[in-house]
Amino acid sequence: MQFIIQPWPWWAAGILIGLIVPALLILGNKSFGISSNLRHICAICLPANISFFKYDWKKEIWNFFFVGGILAGAVIASIWLKNPEPLQVHPALVNDLAANGITHIDGLVPSDLFSWSSLMTLRGFILMVVGGFLIGFGTRYAGGCTSGHAIMGLSNLQWPSLVATISFMVGGFIMTNLLLPFILAL
Amino acid sequence: MSTIQHLPDTDFEVRSLDAMCVNESQLTHPWWHNLKYAAVGILFGIVFIKAEIVSWYRIQEMFRLESFHMYGVIGTAVAIGALSVFLIKTFKIKTIHGEAITFQDKTFNKGQIIGGLIFGFGWAMTGACPGPLFAQIGTGALATSVTLLSAIVGTWVYGYVRERLPH
Repeated sequence: MQFIIQPWPWWAAGILIGLIVPALLILGNKSFGISSNLRHICAICLPANISFFKYDWKKEIWNFFFVGGILAGAVIASIWLKNPEPLQVHPALVNDLAANGITHIDGLVPSDLFSWSSLMTLRGFILMVVGGFLIGFGTRYAGGCTSGHAIMGLSNLQWPSLVATISFMVGGFIMTNLLLPFILAL
Repeated sequence: MSTIQHLPDTDFEVRSLDAMCVNESQLTHPWWHNLKYAAVGILFGIVFIKAEIVSWYRIQEMFRLESFHMYGVIGTAVAIGALSVFLIKTFKIKTIHGEAITFQDKTFNKGQIIGGLIFGFGWAMTGACPGPLFAQIGTGALATSVTLLSAIVGTWVYGYVRERLPH
C-alpha cells in the first residue's frame, strides 16, 4: 500500500496517461482531449446564435462522463489515497514564494493564492479569474490543450500540435519568469 | 455497421473546425455505455493527484527548470501514446464494438501560436490545464471552481470574437 500512498514517480504517471490514448480509441474511437468540454458547455448553456457553438453537443456527451470521472478520481485520491507527508517543493521556489507571503504549503494548490478570501484580493482575482479566462480563450484559439495537442496530437505525429505545444511552453516560461513575479508581489 | 454513408454533414464540419473530438460512432448505445469513459476518467483523476500533476508548485518548478518531474510525465505519456497509435494503425486494431479507429489530421493556423501562448500564460498562472481544472476542485480547493467558470467564459468569448481574430 505504501507505494500507492506516496507520490507516484513521473514514469508511472507518464505510462498511465499515455495509455489513456489507446484506451479511449479502443473503447469507442474517441480522441483524447479535454478542452473541448468547455466548448460543449457553452454550446449547451449559451449558444447565443454563434455558429461556433451551434452543433449537436449530444454527440460529445462521452466527454462529460470523462471529466466527471476526473473530478471523482481526484476526490477519491484526495480522501482515501492522501499522502500524509508534507509536499516536497524546491527550496528556491519556497523562498521566492515566502518573500511574497505565500507560506502555507499544505495542499497541491496554495491556499494563500487560491481560496475564497484570496479571490477578493487583486492578486487572487488575477490568478484565478484572469488566469482561467486565458486558459479557456487560449485553448480554444489553439484548438486544443495539453491533452489534445501535446499528448494526442504529438502521439499522432501532427506537426501543428508540436507548434502548439512549443507555444504553450513558451507562454508558460514568459509568465512564470517574467510576469508572475510582479503579480505575486501585488 | 459495414456501410457508412457520406452525406453532407454540416454538424461535423462545425465541430471539426477545431474540436478535438469529431469521431462519430455509427452505432447507438444506451447512455450507460458512457460509464466506460467515466472509469477511464477516474483513473486519470487519481493519477493527476497522486503524481501531483495538478499541483501549482509542480507547474512552477517545470517553468523555472527546477524539476524534471513534469517533463518526465509528458515525455513518457507521448512516447506511450505514439507507440499505441503506431500499433493501432499498423495492425488496424478495431474498437471493442468492432468499429474502425480513425484519426484526424490537424491543419496549421496562427491560432496554434497565438492561442498557444495565451493558454501558456493561463497554465502558469493557475497551475492547471483544462483536465486539472476539474481535478483541482476535487482536491478540496473549491475556490478553483471560479477558475473553471472563468475558463468557460473565456471559451465563450473566443467563440464570440472568433471571426475577427487572425487564424
